[in-house]
Amino acid sequence: MNESGNDLHDAVEALLREDRIPHIWCPGCGLGTVLHTFLRALVRSGLDLKKVVVVSGIGCTGRAAGYVKLDSFHTTHGRAIPFATGLKLANPELKVVLFSGDGDLVAIGGNHLIHAARRNMDLTVVCVNNFNYGMTGGQVGPTTPVSGRTSTSPYGNCEFPFNLPHLVAAAGAVYVARWTSLDGRRLEKTIIEALFKKGFSFVEVITPCPTQYGRKNKQPTGLAQMEYYRSMSVIKHGADPSEVGIELGGPITVGKFVDIERPTFAEMQAEILAKAFAPRSGKDPAAAKA
Amino acid sequence: MSRKGPLEGVFFMNGDIACAEGAISAGCRFFAGYPITPATEVAERMAERLPEVGGTFIQMEDEIASMAAILGGSWAGVKSMTSTSGPGFSLMMENIGLGAMTETPCVVVDVQRAGPSTGLPTLTAQGDMMQARWGSHGLYSIIALSPSSPQEMFDLTVKAFNLSEQYRTPVLVMADESVGHMSERVVIPPADRIPLVPRRKPTVPPEKYKPYEPDEDLVPPMANAGEGYRFHVTGLTHDERGYPVMTAEAQGKLVKRLLGKIDLNRDRIIEIEEDGVRNAEVIVCSYGISARVAKLAVNEAREGGIKVGMLRLITVWPFPEKRIRELARRIKAFVVPELNAGQIALEVERCAGGAAPVVLVPHMGGAVHEPRDILEAIRKAAR
Repeated sequence: MNESGNDLHDAVEALLREDRIPHIWCPGCGLGTVLHTFLRALVRSGLDLKKVVVVSGIGCTGRAAGYVKLDSFHTTHGRAIPFATGLKLANPELKVVLFSGDGDLVAIGGNHLIHAARRNMDLTVVCVNNFNYGMTGGQVGPTTPVSGRTSTSPYGNCEFPFNLPHLVAAAGAVYVARWTSLDGRRLEKTIIEALFKKGFSFVEVITPCPTQYGRKNKQPTGLAQMEYYRSMSVIKHGADPSEVGIELGGPITVGKFVDIERPTFAEMQAEILAKAFAPRSGKDPAAAKA
Repeated sequence: MSRKGPLEGVFFMNGDIACAEGAISAGCRFFAGYPITPATEVAERMAERLPEVGGTFIQMEDEIASMAAILGGSWAGVKSMTSTSGPGFSLMMENIGLGAMTETPCVVVDVQRAGPSTGLPTLTAQGDMMQARWGSHGLYSIIALSPSSPQEMFDLTVKAFNLSEQYRTPVLVMADESVGHMSERVVIPPADRIPLVPRRKPTVPPEKYKPYEPDEDLVPPMANAGEGYRFHVTGLTHDERGYPVMTAEAQGKLVKRLLGKIDLNRDRIIEIEEDGVRNAEVIVCSYGISARVAKLAVNEAREGGIKVGMLRLITVWPFPEKRIRELARRIKAFVVPELNAGQIALEVERCAGGAAPVVLVPHMGGAVHEPRDILEAIRKAAR
């Protein structure tokens, strides 16, 4: 590793609460990799880290907030997005980043997810998708592929899952990308882009959960799941989000799908209020008389 | 349109609007809410007024989001409020618990209507009083106030913000539809005559800051996000550093402090109004709109020669246990009119400890009591 590599390593370490290690994540879990990549992105972004706030909900991924040495909030299940919305609106100087799992953000928190995207709230969401509820022992979720086996779909999942990029793009997100936890460098670059994107940016990270999900679905180790990502992921920048749904054992389309411009909630609000509070125009009878 | 600051002067306004103006005068600059009868006017007034004073209003997708958002707003360093009624209050409960656990100052206004469920959306009740105390799961204490007039909707909203900052807790303003929708004279004092409690800030540098290390009154100073303290906040049981600790010992230590910071400071928190209790043989104990109706019955009973006093709860939680206990030893009975099947009456009974009987005057909501029902109860109690 060269000099700058060491510096980066030190900078990332400085962002971890080492007094909280060992973490709770299982061997083979992809969360450590994703968190590390996220922290590298934060360091490389050059953002003022004093102003960066990490918010998470509940679940394995939700624990990430407790490991980062930043202002960080581990909130209630599903409610990280509205909590983050309050932080951002009350202090627009903050860079508010969500780091949470698919069950938290998309199942119990699904309503907040689509409304934040609709409003184009200036938030960056890193959504770690491991296709199940890991912390509670591997139950079926809204991302579990059809036929996927979990502890509450022991005969195979009979529900159609959400295609997350399609969902958030349809709801109005201005930046939507997906990588697997194998794509460290690409993910890092994408997170930096997402951090600088004004508005609602959403980065899905497909991540191994061998303990709870892989073992029940013929990928019993983290390595086996990573091997699946290596052989089955296809980079397709600009792919139509409606076509990137994931089937059990099927290909995983990755890349940047959406990168558009749309005014944020705060910009829209400022514009509307500026009009409302503007000095009266000549057309106004009261003003004309004066 | 012109920008107006906090109001000052004498106004004729309804309780919901007075509540919103109280929030503005208290320095509330973030409101997140969801429309619900009979609390909608609070949100509408905030939507109009916050932009005028440089604050931010947002209508969220539901009450769960509203409650979560005001917790976030408070951690960003801005005084934050939401308002709702029964169904929304139920939805807010989990995040009120997060507010209690993470010691987040904020104000929640519940303009009560009759329930359960959708109940009578436009009609009054006081059925959420126990929910206010116990509605979120687990062990915590809470502060709840009960306004009896539009003036008190203003005054107690200001007080709620002050208590929330002083004790780092959500504070509930437990109004009712009658008080929320009645219009009366409201006096708003000049800003410099409204005392405000500022947030207690850390006095140590960031590297020494422990977000849950309390001062002597059991309340920890609070850093805001973005100030460089780099703190962690969690709804998990945590130690003084804010780190999760999954042991019975940590649970005992934390929860005892959460309960203690309100219970041990109760004498400083509790406000009640007494009228003619010194020589009273019967004391009517009530709150909110019911206290005003009871006043008519009390006056009539006095005219009939009955020695009856009035104790009006302004603070409902924590409950004025000590005072009720003292009074119980020297009176014949308490009479408790309330717009429910007996909630605060249970608390009066508990505190009276058998020293004086408690006569409940229940009313299931949808209207206020007939004063004669209360008068009848006073007469019986005095016998």
